[in-house]
Amino acid sequence: MMKKTIITVVGKDTVGIIAKVCTYLAENKINILDISQTIVDDYFNMMMIADMSKAVKSVSEVSDNLDKLGEEIGVIIRCQREEIFNSMHRV
Amino acid sequence: MININEVLETNKMIEKENLDVRTITLGISLLDCIDSDLDRLNDKIYNKITKVAKDLVAVGEQIEKEFGIPIVNKRISVTPIALVGGSACKASEDFVTIAKTLDRARKDVGVNFLGGYSALVSKGMTKADELLLRSIPQALAQTELVCSSVNLGSTKTGIDMDAVRLMGDIIKETAELTKDQDSIGCSKLVVFCNAPDDNPFMAGAFHGVTEADAIINVGVSGPGVVKNALESVRGETFEVLCETIKKTAFKVTRVGQLVAQEASKRLGIPFGIVDLSLAPTPAIGDSVADILCEIGLEYAGAPGTTAALALLNDQVKKGGVMASSYVGGLSGAFIPVSEDQGMIDAVNAGALTIEKLEAMTCVCSVGLDMIAIPGDTKPTTIAGIIADELAIGMINQKTTAVRIIPVIGKTVGDSAEFGGLLGHAPIMPVNQFSCDAFVNRGGRIPAPIHSFKN
Repeated sequence: MMKKTIITVVGKDTVGIIAKVCTYLAENKINILDISQTIVDDYFNMMMIADMSKAVKSVSEVSDNLDKLGEEIGVIIRCQREEIFNSMHRV
Repeated sequence: MININEVLETNKMIEKENLDVRTITLGISLLDCIDSDLDRLNDKIYNKITKVAKDLVAVGEQIEKEFGIPIVNKRISVTPIALVGGSACKASEDFVTIAKTLDRARKDVGVNFLGGYSALVSKGMTKADELLLRSIPQALAQTELVCSSVNLGSTKTGIDMDAVRLMGDIIKETAELTKDQDSIGCSKLVVFCNAPDDNPFMAGAFHGVTEADAIINVGVSGPGVVKNALESVRGETFEVLCETIKKTAFKVTRVGQLVAQEASKRLGIPFGIVDLSLAPTPAIGDSVADILCEIGLEYAGAPGTTAALALLNDQVKKGGVMASSYVGGLSGAFIPVSEDQGMIDAVNAGALTIEKLEAMTCVCSVGLDMIAIPGDTKPTTIAGIIADELAIGMINQKTTAVRIIPVIGKTVGDSAEFGGLLGHAPIMPVNQFSCDAFVNRGGRIPAPIHSFKN
């Protein structure tokens, strides 16, 4: 069964943001299903839909790791289970 | 599939507009702890609470992290203690030992408030009820985060005026015993008419006798989200205004429903209700008064305030009801003074009085809430204010409440500091004319007629 999570990256655009996030996800056996991005008020906004069903780490652990990675690159990375968005935006 | 704009919208609500789940409240029945021996009773209460609630905080934090939604409070409500302690407690001091046990259990499981140091006396008081009422000042002074509530009336029974009169004294005494902290004891004490059995919000939460052994109730919030949504419809008609509030309330409530279901599943405790209240905090941008201003008022309290609040409250319910499988608790807009910066500003500007607040409580939950009044206010006057507010609830078949703080040593022009979620409050003037002869009559106000509505 799929275990979908939404990963968002918000911050000033710099070289290699997506590469670094993707590397982390690959290392942790997290499969990316979809990527989209947009620029809002000069800020880089990226969203990934990822499947964590094969991941060894738990959602909270991944969330902590990504939080730290974000700090290193200077962007905000959030990792949230998909349900919160589905319940809010789908009847 | 979810798109990026929806994701960004949700995260903007959380990060910039203070969207959060205000509380997961675990209701625990203590009826099976009843014992005629006080020590044994205290042991059983401690053991039951620490057993049932042992994972509450950890599960709450797990959900917060996985979904990225703050859950501000994890709380516990218990069966009204007057019922639980009735057979063991022979004096008020005996009840105080239970309050201390509750506080110890609360501390050991790591929750921030425990409610249910309560009595239900809407028609009359038993000996145990009266002992509990008289123990409230000591109980609140000697414990840190135990909350007390008393149901003094209902639409079905009328109002117990003996208990109302007594609560005038009790509130004053509670204020005296905590006067070195701006009478903060009174912020943990609320009196009700038509108190709900499944309210997750403090200070009035208790686990009603109609409830199951344990239950998860969730209170959502989000005044900032509603306010921000309304900024985009300035100048539009009431139709557009109301639709916007409904849609926003739906989204906010869905988050509460999700959190409630997850908490219920992980704790193995049934899901009770989601409470659809708009609950403000003293944080900037988390204010119900600011919504009223956004609807078109210069300050909360200006003419039009009652109408604006009525429509706000009704739309929040209409939007929220469809978003949750079970709705309960207080479900309405809260209008506390000290916990809402916009309300404090309105009082300081001279726009808002106790009388206007009373009118506002006719159309929203829950009542005169977190209002600081001069410390020299007479107990009979406090009883009169309570009687007025409860009459509104009794006649209109709704919950009303009074949480009023006579701040000992302070008067109009001063300000009381409670700190944290409780905020700070300017001392509001109270009508100085006497109601002594009225509240001293004794007895009760009969239940109202349910026909000939006008």
